[in-house]
Parts: sequence; structure tokens; C-alpha cells
Amino acid sequence: MNTTTPRLRLQEICKHFGALQANDHISLDVLPGEVMCLLGENGAGKSTLMNVAYGLYRPDAGEIYVDGVRVTIASPHEAIAHGIGMVHQHFMLVPTLTVAENIILGTRPLFSLRHAGQSMLTKMGAIEQRIAEVAQQYGLKVNPAALIANLSVGEQQRVEIVKALYRGVKLLILDEPTAVLTPQETIELFATLRTFTAAGLSIILITHKLNEVMAIGDRVTVLRDGKVVGQRNIGDTHMHELAELMVGRDVVLNVDKQPAKPGAPALVVEGLTVTGTHKRALLANLTLTVARGEILGIAGVDGNGQRELALAITGVIKPDAGTIRVEGKSIVGQSPRQIAHTGVAHIPEDRQSMGLVLDFSVADNFILKRFDQAPYTRNWLLQPRTILAHAQQLIQLFDVRTSSPQAPAANLSGGNQQKIVLGREIDGQPRVLVAAQPTRGLDVGATEYIHKALLAQRDAGAAILLISTELEEILALSDRIVVLYEGRIVGEVTGDRANTQRIGLMMAGAHTDTLLIRGS
Amino acid sequence: MDILITVQALLQATVRMATPLTFTAVGETYGERAGVVNIGLEGLMLIGSIAAYAVAYFSGSVPLGILAAAITAGVFGLCFGFITITLRANQIITGAALNLIGLGVSSYFYRAMFATVTDRAIQPLQPIQLPVLSSIPLIGPVLFDQNWLVYAALLLAPLAGFVLNKTALGLSLRAVGEHPKATATAGLSVLGLRYGAVVFGAMMAGIGGAFLSVAYANQFVENMVAGRGFVALAIVVFGRWRPMGALWASLLFGFFFALQLRLQTQNLAIPYQFFQVLPYVATIVAMILLRGQSAQPKALGVPYTERA
Repeated sequence: MNTTTPRLRLQEICKHFGALQANDHISLDVLPGEVMCLLGENGAGKSTLMNVAYGLYRPDAGEIYVDGVRVTIASPHEAIAHGIGMVHQHFMLVPTLTVAENIILGTRPLFSLRHAGQSMLTKMGAIEQRIAEVAQQYGLKVNPAALIANLSVGEQQRVEIVKALYRGVKLLILDEPTAVLTPQETIELFATLRTFTAAGLSIILITHKLNEVMAIGDRVTVLRDGKVVGQRNIGDTHMHELAELMVGRDVVLNVDKQPAKPGAPALVVEGLTVTGTHKRALLANLTLTVARGEILGIAGVDGNGQRELALAITGVIKPDAGTIRVEGKSIVGQSPRQIAHTGVAHIPEDRQSMGLVLDFSVADNFILKRFDQAPYTRNWLLQPRTILAHAQQLIQLFDVRTSSPQAPAANLSGGNQQKIVLGREIDGQPRVLVAAQPTRGLDVGATEYIHKALLAQRDAGAAILLISTELEEILALSDRIVVLYEGRIVGEVTGDRANTQRIGLMMAGAHTDTLLIRGS
Repeated sequence: MDILITVQALLQATVRMATPLTFTAVGETYGERAGVVNIGLEGLMLIGSIAAYAVAYFSGSVPLGILAAAITAGVFGLCFGFITITLRANQIITGAALNLIGLGVSSYFYRAMFATVTDRAIQPLQPIQLPVLSSIPLIGPVLFDQNWLVYAALLLAPLAGFVLNKTALGLSLRAVGEHPKATATAGLSVLGLRYGAVVFGAMMAGIGGAFLSVAYANQFVENMVAGRGFVALAIVVFGRWRPMGALWASLLFGFFFALQLRLQTQNLAIPYQFFQVLPYVATIVAMILLRGQSAQPKALGVPYTERA
């Protein structure tokens, strides 16, 4: 094939955690100046493999070569010394330090009499200057004196990249870099990555998004269940083939959706305001309506008030102002429990901390919201047989893969955990369903299942508020879409008129009016 | 002039009483900035005070005693580090155990070594009058007519502040207590930094304890630390996890210790126990006033593992 020495060669890497074989004889080459995409579903072993390459995990077996030389990488320190840098999915930045401090962290001797000047940081100005130069060289805008806590996620990602460049890396690993970005920021990021490869840098991009692979990759390696299931040049493949490789079966990329038949308004929110610490408005005077039988999609970059909106409606946090009505009845000031009994179901964004009690059995999780009512409790006593029968019924209905109804929920995979939450919440035929990030972290199969279930609820007459940072999901399911930015609704589009670019601009804070002006 | 003399004596005692608190709190500030809380300071101070006293008594050298205190407490700190950092045991429980061990060990060795000794007094550290400076009215006697351990404490805080804020080492310490994983991915050793900070903190607590037996008093008394280790913990919070903050807070609490001593000698109609309570009440009041402030390092008290 190619005669150039690969920048990084991973050969027959194996890594297991307990019974799980996360990486099973994985081999991979990355050439200088190319973008290698690592594609796979959650749990396919992508991040594990890259953590091996970055020295965070020790492989059980296998060899690593950098520029043709066999090496062992026992720590991130050694990875950096071999010119390997990594931008983690959850940024590795210290929020209380400045950009410059984060970038130089770990690059200087801690005590050294010979290089005392190196260990002293009295001249931060000069250091900041140098960082600005490195950033400039690659066309990245960062303010070295800014505090990380004050930066947007997009800016933080640039800091992470500059941090790697400052260390002089030759290979940059990016773990799901677009998960936190707006579509426009994604385009900018890809343009930046192209300037890196033009300068000879190699890039490994971890992703589960097919369109990204097609947009930026030179080659792609597909992982499934810890094994390499295919390696392609981007020019020789197409989305459908990659999807099949990734999932292991034919998949329908589009959700089959009938037009909505919206009825009377079921959820009416008016002037909702939630103020956080330091008087910051998390939700500012927000007004929206969801009718029976429709899905209202809330698009937006994570952290723009989605969390507060879901929690305010379900009563977990008390709004500072505004009204929330469910079928005409105000629910502000009621407890989450009362609200749930009014017919408001909630799929919380973090199923593990809010949706389930992980140490409880599957059966007990199914009755979390009604455990003290008949038929589950009679004469102050829990009725184990009824609870078990109920669980068995829902396990079958929602296709929950568990060894037994008595198994702790913690033992189940993310997709099956989410099915427990979904099953519990829609079992009571809710009038309003607040679904926050319902498919976050789930594989294609489970996602498909949840989507179908949400559409079925809609067709059964539920009013669904769908909050998701996955624009694809919003576009696929919603009948109407509103965009949330800094706690405000900055625009609304109907589901069919929606297009990615327009919503993307609104997600970045541009108002619909200005869009019209710019568009003309 | 009577008032002036009283104030001068009170402030002089304030600085003296603040010294063991400053050493201990500055050391603990480092440990906590690195993400490890050691509530066993009381025990470490007791270990320091018995070690310093015993070595000073038998060798005749107080500086040697202070060195022994630092080393002994440092070894105990190393054990604390092994249990909490390497074995990842709960820091609070381990610290509580360290307090009990410190009390037991110090009393045991004191009784074992000094049961038959009748003259237990040593020659404690003497004040060194700094030329010129000590003749400034009021400030001179308060700040510049003290023993060298007091001067060391007054210099330790700004030096520790400089290292924390202006060196690569300090930057790494600040990072590791906030976001250890980020620190690890930047190529630094989380465990190494934490061990260093914990052992340093223990050594400083040892010196703080030593001050009580070989500089403030002239012999060891069982449980002589009398809660100062816990006050130092409060001082770290009160000083907002900054060494200079710890110095100011130590002076404030030192003032209350000095004040209660003075009030006890005034022959007032109030039982002296009420005055003894003063510094501890001040601690509780300070904690209440500071509630809800979030300068605390994010990863404080959380053991670090590479996975997760």
C-alpha cells in the first residue's frame, strides 16, 4: 500500500475490564498528515483504545510503534514525550486556572536549581505572549489570560487544542469533539483540523456520527464490540455501508413519522424565569405551549437552560417567576410527586443519577413513583408478588434485557436502563411527557426503539417536550422546534421547515430577525 | 501608659499564640489545595510536641528537637498518605484515627520516658531581639522581640504563598486539588503531588506542635495541643485556602487565645472556664459566618483513581 512510515501504529491491542473485552486485537495505522476516523457505537472500544495510546490505560497485549519505533506508553507524560496529544470528550481543564496556566501545566520542571527560571512563573506575561503566538500560527483565537470557568465550551475546546500544540504534538487525538459544538463551530473546527494536516500533523477523530466521517476523514476504521470490523478510504465508501458496519445490521437512518394531529394545548408555560447563583438568569421569561399529540423539540447547545426548563416543569426546582399549566391547572409550587400524579412524566437527562436508583432492582425501579399506592402497597405493606408481576409485564413490553427482575438496575446496559425509565414513565399514560436527552449515550438500536416509543406516545395523544442537544434527533422527531439560547427562546421553526443551518445559527445566539436580514 | 503596656503584652501573646496555628494551617492549606483533607492535625501536633520535647530534653538541643518533630510527624503523615492516597481510604475516618493515635502515642511515650524524671523542665527557645526593629514602639516588641520559630512562621506564610502562586510546583498543586484527572493528562503525577503536599503538611503540624512544648512552654503536658489542630482546620477555611489568609486567620485566633489567658488573670467574677471557651466559640462563629463560600478545592477529600 503506502510506503510512508505510519506516525502511529497500534498492533493487536487487547484490553479488558473484568469480563468485558473492550479491545480485542485491534490494529490501526495513522499516516502523517491524514485524518483517521475511529467510528463505532458507544461501548465499541474507541475511547479505551485511545486511552491506551495516550498512556492512561496499559494494554493487556499488543504493540505500539511511533514513527516506526516500538515504544511503551505508561503515562500521559510519556505519550506527550512521543508527540501524542489528546483532547478528551470531557475537557481536561482546571476551571479555576487561566488559559495560560492550564496550557503550561506539567510542561515545566517542578523543582530544579539548574532551571530555576523555568520553575518560576513570575513572568506570566511572557508565557501568555508565547501561547498567543502558537495559537495565532494555527489561526486559533484564545485569550491566554482568561479564566477557564468564564469560557464557552467551544473556546475551551480551542484551549485544549492549543494545549496540545504548545507541547509540540505530531499526532492529535480528538474524542467526540463535536458533541458540544454548534454546527457552525463544527465547520470551523474541521477547517482548523485541515490546516493542521496541511502542516503535517496526524489526527485521530473518534466519533459515532457518520456525516462527520464523510466530511473530514481521509480513512476510517470501524469498531464494533471491541473489534475492527472494517477499514475504508473515505472515497471508497458511503454512509450506508459505514452504518451497517458500525451496527452490524441494516439500519434505517430516518425515522418513519406520520404528520401530527395536534389537539388542545396540554402544557402551557408563561414567563418562566429561573435565576441561578450570582443572579444569573438561567431561564428568562420563557413562554411555550405544547399541544396534545405533538412533539415540541427544544434545540440548543448544552447548558442554555434545558436542564432548568425540564426541572422546573417537573417541580424539582422552583421557578422565580412565571406560570406552568397542565391542561389548565397550575402546577407551580406543587411537589414533584404531586406533579407526577397530575400526569406529567419525566425522562431525566441523567438516568443514572435522577432516573433510577441503581442499587435497587429492576422491579423496584419500575414502581419508584407509585410504590406506596395500591396495588403495590396494601395495608402499609409492599406487595412483592404484584410488584414482580408488574415488572415482568413491563420487561416484556419494553424489551428490557435483564437477567431477572430482581437484578440491580446498575447491572444493565445504558440502553436497557433507559428502557426502564421509559417504561415506568409512559406506563401511566402521561398527559405531558418531558423527555430530556432521551437517547444520550445510547447505541443506534436503542435509539431507534426510544424514538419509536416517543412517536407512539405522541400518536396516543400525549404532549411531548423533547429536549435534546442532538440536532439530528430534534429534526427527526419534532413537529415544531424552538431554539434555546442563554435561557431564552431565540426562534421557532416548524418541523418540516426546519433546516440545520438556520437552527445552528440560532443555537449560536443569532436571532431569527437578524437571520432574515442577513439572508437577504 | 498602663493601657499601652497591656495592649502590647496582649498583642505580643497574640503573635506567639498564632505561631503553632500558622505552621499547622499553612501546611494543611497545601494538603487541601492538593485535594487531601487531614483532620488528624491535632494528633500530628501532639506527636510533634512530644518528639521535640523528648529529643530536646535528652540531647539538650531545642533545634534538634524541632527537627525531630518535623521528621516524626512527617513519617506519620506518610502513613496517612499511604492509607488515603494509595489505598484510597476515607480521609475523614483516617484523620480521626490519627488524632486518637497522636493522643495515645504522645501520652504513652511521655509516661514511659519521663515517669522517673523529677526535673522535667528544659530551657525553651529564647526571644531574639532584632536590632533597631525591636525598638519601634508597640510594633517592635510585638513583632521583633520573639523567638526564631515565631519569625519562621511569619516568613513561612508569604513564602508558601509565593510558591503556590508563582511557581510551576504551586500551579501543579492548585491544579491537582481542583481537577486531578486534568493534572494527570497534563503529564503530572497526581499521587506524587498529593504525597508531597500531605507530608509537608504533616511536618508543619509537627513543628506547630513542637512550638508548644519547646518554645511556648518548657515541657510536654499530656493533651497540651488542646484542640489547636481543629482550630487550624477552621483557619484553613477561614483563610480561604490561601497561605496568607491562613496567617491572618491564625493571628485572629491567636488573639482570642491570648485574650482568654489575660482575662483569666484578671480576677473577674466570671469562672475562668468561660474564657477558655472563647477561641473555640470564635471558631464556630467564624464557620457560621463563612457558610456557603466556595473557595474550596473541587476534589477535596476525593481519592483519585485512574479509571472513571
